[in-house]
Amino acid sequence: MVILGLETSCDETAAALVTADGVVLSSVIASQAELHARYGGVVPEIASRRHLELVAPVIEEALATGGATLDDIEAIGVTSGPGLIGALLVGLSAAKALAWSRGVPLIPVEHLHGHVAALYLQPTDLEPPFMCLLASGGHTLLLDVQDRGWENVRVIGRTLDDAAGEAFDKGARLLGLGYPGGAEIDRLAKEGDAEAFTFPVARVAGLDFSFSGLKTALLYAVRDLPAAELEARKADLAASYQRAIVRALTERIAEAAGDGPIAIVGGVAANSALRAALPHATAAPLALCTDNAAMIASAARYSARLESPAFLGLDAHPQSL
Amino acid sequence: MELHTTRSAEETETLAAGFAADLRAGDVITITGDLGAGKTTFVRGACRALGVDGAVTSPTFTIGHRYDAPVPVAHLDLYRFVGLSSSEWGDLEPYFDGTIAFVEWPEQGAAWLPSVRTAVHLEHVAGDERTITITHADDPRI
Repeated sequence: MVILGLETSCDETAAALVTADGVVLSSVIASQAELHARYGGVVPEIASRRHLELVAPVIEEALATGGATLDDIEAIGVTSGPGLIGALLVGLSAAKALAWSRGVPLIPVEHLHGHVAALYLQPTDLEPPFMCLLASGGHTLLLDVQDRGWENVRVIGRTLDDAAGEAFDKGARLLGLGYPGGAEIDRLAKEGDAEAFTFPVARVAGLDFSFSGLKTALLYAVRDLPAAELEARKADLAASYQRAIVRALTERIAEAAGDGPIAIVGGVAANSALRAALPHATAAPLALCTDNAAMIASAARYSARLESPAFLGLDAHPQSL
Repeated sequence: MELHTTRSAEETETLAAGFAADLRAGDVITITGDLGAGKTTFVRGACRALGVDGAVTSPTFTIGHRYDAPVPVAHLDLYRFVGLSSSEWGDLEPYFDGTIAFVEWPEQGAAWLPSVRTAVHLEHVAGDERTITITHADDPRI
């Protein structure tokens, strides 16, 4: 038996099939095609109407590539928040309609639980407890994970301003690099000297993060360089900036975890410098770092099932934790 | 039009808190300025004064946050949009319903935004120093 996962909380329209023991049978993300369009200079609409156009084809493709039919679906897991209200409602409505018509349970999933649950898929299959860094464009959290459910996950640190992925993206914009910014900085940083510039690692109380001062420091560094020199120093700037972000993340997680096990998830967990700086950490597989539906189906395995008609009244919740 | 100078993020938050005292449901406040100018810092200061308890972080990637408070507060960021289509606006519209709405990077949504009560513009001077210009709707420059 198989769980169908759906994710429409932000940019990606995604569907996936995951078995009860965490084997990913298929994972389809509609934005892969859009990324090509972005490279071609076309920026797609960020609107729920796009999710609406894509959600049915994406589900069909997930079934086809997973070698399954709707008869094989035992339950449907769907992101119920946080995210943009209209975008969430597309996935939630599709999930309700399918679950109701097929007579299977619906499982509302926290998007952030999904990111952590990417670690519970084969072959990673990580067993809690562990300290988890969840870092993406929209979120940066330190989570104390005691079991595979979401109720006992404790937030012990968070960003006070920008998310780490946003810091990468806006840094790339300041350096005149392409999209997606994180990957561009990662690539250019490999050619640069990470000690060429000294960028501040914000000191905030407790286990929280702050990245907005770092962004401003990069802005001033870029401003202060003559145009000709800026071009020659871009790789050094990228490497130094990346190092400051990675240091902020690694220092905090080391402080939180001590000698205990560490895991990293979310789009920023794809960053090669972060992975290299945390050699003992368990990282989500690259394909499951950015938003996807396999992680949602995975999280659904550890979340409460709702039967019809109880799930019909379910609402999306836009707020974060 | 009011012109202010702040010398730290804390001063920007304090200024925003004072500014927020006059806001009511239905007000739309645009916040402009370069990357790192302190737009989210300003919104955070205002949110605190309006009774928002939790983290007030940048909505650049998430696009919209809605915070519970005596009058709910919406915090939007149009940075990632390239011109705003009618269906994109349709997604944002609920955030203006009965809220005090702060909009960062409003330039992309100029054709769609409800009438703006106040425009706040932040500029880098040097280091942590910023000039903050607050222009109200009855001012012809808005």
